[in-house]
Amino acid sequence: MRQPWHAQKHSFYQFGAEFRRFSLERSKPGKFEEFYGLLQHVHKIPNVDVLVGYTDIHGDLLPINNDDNYHKAVSTANPLLRIFIQRKEDADYSAFGTDTMTRKKNVLSNVLRPDNHKKKPHIVISMPQDFRPVSSIIDVDILPETHRRVRLYKYGTDKPLGFYIRDGSSVRVTPHGLEKVPGIFISRLVPGGLAQSTGLLAVNDEVLEVNGIEVSGKSLDQVTDMMIANSRNLIITVRPANQRNNVVRNSRTSGSSGQSTESSLPSSTPNILGNLLQGEEESDEEDIIIEDSGEPQQIPKAAPTSASIESLSQIELLHESTQNGFLPSSEVNLNHSAGSISMEYEVPEPGRKSLEEDGTIITL
Amino acid sequence: MRRFLRPGHDPVRERLKRDLFQFNKTVEHGFPHQPSALGYSPFFRLMAIGTRSGAIKLYGAPGVEFMGLHEENNTVMQIHFIPDQCQLVTLLDDNSLHLWSLKQHKGASELHEEHRFTLKGPPGSPPSATQVTAVLPHSSREVLYLGTESGNIFVVELPSFRVLEDRTITPEAVLQRIPEDNCNRRSCELVEALREHPKNHSQILIGYSRGLIVLWDLQNNKATHHFLGSQQLENLYWQRDGSKFISCHSDGSYTQWPVSSDNRQPEPLENTVPYGPFPCKAISKIYWQTTKNGLPYIIFQGGMPRASYGDRHSISVIHGSQQTAFDFTSRVIDFFIIFSSDPAAEFEDPAALVVLAEEELVVIDLKSAGWPAVHPPYLASLHCSAITCSHHVSNIPLKLWERIISAGSKQNIHYSSMPWPIDGGTNIAPDPPQRDLLLTGHEDGTVRFWDASGVCLHLLYKLSTVRVFLTDADPNDNMNTLGEDEWPPLRKVGTFDPYSDDPRLGIQKIYLCKYSGYLAVAGTAGQVLVMELNDEDAEHVVDHAEADLLQDQEGYRWKGHEKLKTRDGPVRFEAGFQPFVLVQCHPPAVVTSLALHSEWKLVAFGTSHGFGLFDHQQKRLVFVKCTLHPSDQLALEGPLSRVKSLKKSLRQSFRRIRRSRVSSRKRRGGGGNSSEEMELAPVQRKIEARSAEDSFTGFVRTLYFADTFLRDSSRHCPSLWAGTNGGTVYAFCLRVPPAERRMDEPVRAEQAKEIQLMHRAPVVGILVLDGRSTPLPEPLEVAHDLSKSPDMQGSHQLLVVSEEQFKVFTLPKVSSKLKLKLTALEGCRVRKVTVANFGSCKTDDYSENDLAVLTNLGDIQIISLPFLKLQIRYPCIRKEDVSGIASCVFTKYGQGFYLISPSEFERFSLSTKWLVEPRCIVDVPEVTSNNHVHKSGTENATRKSRGPGKTPGDCGEDERKSGRLMEHALLNDEKVLKEIQSTLEGGRGRRDHIPTSPRNRTLSIRIQKLCRKKFGKKSVRTWTK
Repeated sequence: MRQPWHAQKHSFYQFGAEFRRFSLERSKPGKFEEFYGLLQHVHKIPNVDVLVGYTDIHGDLLPINNDDNYHKAVSTANPLLRIFIQRKEDADYSAFGTDTMTRKKNVLSNVLRPDNHKKKPHIVISMPQDFRPVSSIIDVDILPETHRRVRLYKYGTDKPLGFYIRDGSSVRVTPHGLEKVPGIFISRLVPGGLAQSTGLLAVNDEVLEVNGIEVSGKSLDQVTDMMIANSRNLIITVRPANQRNNVVRNSRTSGSSGQSTESSLPSSTPNILGNLLQGEEESDEEDIIIEDSGEPQQIPKAAPTSASIESLSQIELLHESTQNGFLPSSEVNLNHSAGSISMEYEVPEPGRKSLEEDGTIITL
Repeated sequence: MRRFLRPGHDPVRERLKRDLFQFNKTVEHGFPHQPSALGYSPFFRLMAIGTRSGAIKLYGAPGVEFMGLHEENNTVMQIHFIPDQCQLVTLLDDNSLHLWSLKQHKGASELHEEHRFTLKGPPGSPPSATQVTAVLPHSSREVLYLGTESGNIFVVELPSFRVLEDRTITPEAVLQRIPEDNCNRRSCELVEALREHPKNHSQILIGYSRGLIVLWDLQNNKATHHFLGSQQLENLYWQRDGSKFISCHSDGSYTQWPVSSDNRQPEPLENTVPYGPFPCKAISKIYWQTTKNGLPYIIFQGGMPRASYGDRHSISVIHGSQQTAFDFTSRVIDFFIIFSSDPAAEFEDPAALVVLAEEELVVIDLKSAGWPAVHPPYLASLHCSAITCSHHVSNIPLKLWERIISAGSKQNIHYSSMPWPIDGGTNIAPDPPQRDLLLTGHEDGTVRFWDASGVCLHLLYKLSTVRVFLTDADPNDNMNTLGEDEWPPLRKVGTFDPYSDDPRLGIQKIYLCKYSGYLAVAGTAGQVLVMELNDEDAEHVVDHAEADLLQDQEGYRWKGHEKLKTRDGPVRFEAGFQPFVLVQCHPPAVVTSLALHSEWKLVAFGTSHGFGLFDHQQKRLVFVKCTLHPSDQLALEGPLSRVKSLKKSLRQSFRRIRRSRVSSRKRRGGGGNSSEEMELAPVQRKIEARSAEDSFTGFVRTLYFADTFLRDSSRHCPSLWAGTNGGTVYAFCLRVPPAERRMDEPVRAEQAKEIQLMHRAPVVGILVLDGRSTPLPEPLEVAHDLSKSPDMQGSHQLLVVSEEQFKVFTLPKVSSKLKLKLTALEGCRVRKVTVANFGSCKTDDYSENDLAVLTNLGDIQIISLPFLKLQIRYPCIRKEDVSGIASCVFTKYGQGFYLISPSEFERFSLSTKWLVEPRCIVDVPEVTSNNHVHKSGTENATRKSRGPGKTPGDCGEDERKSGRLMEHALLNDEKVLKEIQSTLEGGRGRRDHIPTSPRNRTLSIRIQKLCRKKFGKKSVRTWTK
């Protein structure tokens, strides 16, 4: 497919942000270096170091910093590829990652208003090289060492979750001595599945919590339903059958020095309730609406009444631009945001097929 | 911040919740599952039924019912009322005896278990020594005689259950008085029957299983007479005067014996085998009832010729030359006779035969010619054909109610006009607050209309959809068509008929509009019928249309059942709901959702393939929409693809399925070691996110009509919403022409929105909330001034309920506003959801709308609108009881019904305000001696006829009030006037005719009272003599 891409330009030098639209050939994207050069050329910033990121089909902001992820980015353009460029010295590294685009504080406002951002910039250890995390161990600081809280990011991978659970019983220490209590255990891992590929879950691990909710007293079917309902962002707390690979922490003995709560993991939460609430928000995949047999689009959140007009208009901007390609955005009152440049690229799609494949749209 | 605003932290709301919500299981409607024993108290005119699960239920006058449950959950084998006492003794299959009594508590009677007792033999004796086989409560009310398998008869003191060992009647004592040449120890094994002499209370008749019958004198402790039967004994019955008794035997014979003072070993007077000469089955129970005119009634169970009619469940009534063998639809558990006269009278004069069969209760009027059946006001056999769906309509307008009753009364002409003979106790529950209808759809294509307003679930009207179709049902397959001179003279009675001739006729969805009288009914083979209420018989052609839901999808073949064939030409319909439109879906899959809008004259229907909209005014299909996913082969081929023939084999296979269901139930009941088996092979569950490729995603779960803002916020328009199993919601914008051009312009529809829920759970409910966040009213509700018109100023909201989440979206621009993720947090899924109105029990002016939700765990939750906060949760149904959960139906006012067995609905209430539960009183005489009982009986009777628990002053006022009401009714309602006249003239007013609005109900009660006074038949129960 060789089609020229539309190119469109909007300049907002008065706000320190600018929008450009231009076309690339999907079949011949070229190398990352060339693309980087092209960006610098288009924006007339030849000597500025920038961070390049793009939003993928799930609304995640992911980095472009090598040929591989550049090619991946172009291939997922749908049909528009939205690229965000930030000056390296202003960059907010924490903006990258899963669900970043759908968080309440959406990434656009993060990018456009870095000085309003509440969090202190994280210490950059290294640039994330991978496209997105598949799994992580979280809440290491607040859990007993015998437990492990695993987060599986089903969202965005083709792999099946790939595990089975069963009923069983485990021995607990109770006020009446040792007692056998019913529990839920992982009974099987599907080869090649997400659960197996993480290496964090194993057969006979006892499941203690699902997304912050204790499973004790719940039936196997209930726990199954809970896991499936949370499958987009599944957080399971297990007691591993093999206790030899546990994370050993020193900070625990030193008391609540505050050091232990300072986790480098972006999704760490101070307590279970917080985790639950966060899980609730973050797992929110947006439903899709098709109006008048038009294009499918994500259903936005209704603006909370307490929100400022500014944030309202920003949400509106994000929504409208995904809906209709580009609206003249000049009426949008963007905040002063230094050195942030946003560009959107439209990639003509080869057909409906790709829409069906990603499973987000029902066939008409 | 958010976590502090959660419900449960607001004390004002907590207090309000207590005023609004309360969970109660109030009453069980229908017929007890697996009845096992029957008892009757002629004194209190109360009937008791025991079941295999250990429940015991007492029934009297309509509305008078009590329930008790044995802790053991064992089968109730026998029930015996203590003569003239509000007490009864039950015998369970674990050989335990239980004493129950009715006691008054806070102005109403309650059934309580008083004592329990298990007969213990001397140490080392075999269990058979104390295995109770016969129970006789003595008329002195002080002792109980217990016949055992060993032949011993133990005497037990009441109510303490103390064994009076010195009074035990041992086989040895009996044999002493009997010549040894024709009797030995073995003759006295197993006591089959114990009967007290009707006149001389110190004599009892003892029947042993091997045929020996002994008349025992309790005072002298000796046998006065003995009778030698040649056959195995089944049962005994005294003639009223005590001069003769009758015995029945296992060979199908019965024998009359004289009891004279001189002859110690009388010979039988007469030995008859009523259905001989070929071998017959046993006669297990027999009654001999004398009458004034001399000809006795002999009523017995069984005795049919073994070879040809051995499988019949019969009870024969012989009265002079009249003889009928009533042929029951299921096994006869037990039966009793209701006498019309008082116990002290010379003759019994049987009035009614009450038969408890395994699946229904049948009462036969023995007073009227032809012995017709009496229509029971309760204990209805809900399952006479299996229930396939139910629909509840609250607050029926009086007009529609009367029309349904009148249509139903035309169907009941073959019933006896005898008033219900079991009329003990007094119903003191307040009149039901409104008229409610419960509609049940059945497997045989019928819809039954039940009066669900009060405690008695009463059949009003039965609608059959079968006439519209050509079926394989063989008209000659009628067991009633026996010739005049057939022998035995069998007559089929009862309505229980679980075998459907064609399962395609089964009713799946019902929707009744209570304002217009339009009824839509949809069935298993994709048929949708729209009906209208007509008070007259009519013959007309049913308009027929086909809806091709697959449209241009190609290459698919439906392998399921064929569509039903329709009758050509006009069809005759009886008065009632008459179909005028038939839409058949193609492929003919089960209709899974149905909605009717009587104002727009539209009906929407959905199957697993898609949904359609039909204009029943113009009789035109408006549109169809296919919801199928191309990969969903299963839905295309149909669930019955493996069934080759649906014809003759069906009846057989259905029988098989039922049998296996019964046996599996039994197995489950007895399984104590099933958990160990589970341990060996652990159950696994796969954890996998749902994908769009799952089966049956196109299955249409819910359809909803709404007049709302679909396209823009300035203009509202009619719309149709559909939700599928795959989590998709479709919204169609409808253009309905104004009333004056309704016939000229077509209804148009255009798809406006399609929402895909990303969690892909089945959509089970769609609702639009108006500007005040109130659910939109039902069609025609506003036109009838029964609801405020919806707020069209403020912005509307859309509530989508999936099995996993509740979501509120704004309209017309769909953006998500609120949600409650039920499954993610609780692990439970929504099975049923309805909007219910809850009123406060403290103040009359406060009420609110909430969602009543039933989950797959059997929990009931109440969720507030529009903020979706969980208010309260109650465990209601066991989570293993899948059919119970599937059958649950909520009412608009926070009540609900679910099936606890194929034949019983449990009624529950979530509201503090609307509570329908039995509240009744049975007056218990306090004194013990016989004379006193009779006196207090008189008092009871007279008091009762005026209304219980009231001082004479109150009473007078009550009478005056109802008198006024009656006058009022007389002036206003000609029909009622006629009714009263006919009632007074005939003395047999059929209550069915009388419209039962609260006002008219008072009236009808009053009429009954008047009748009783005037004719003195029942209520002044002849104690006055």
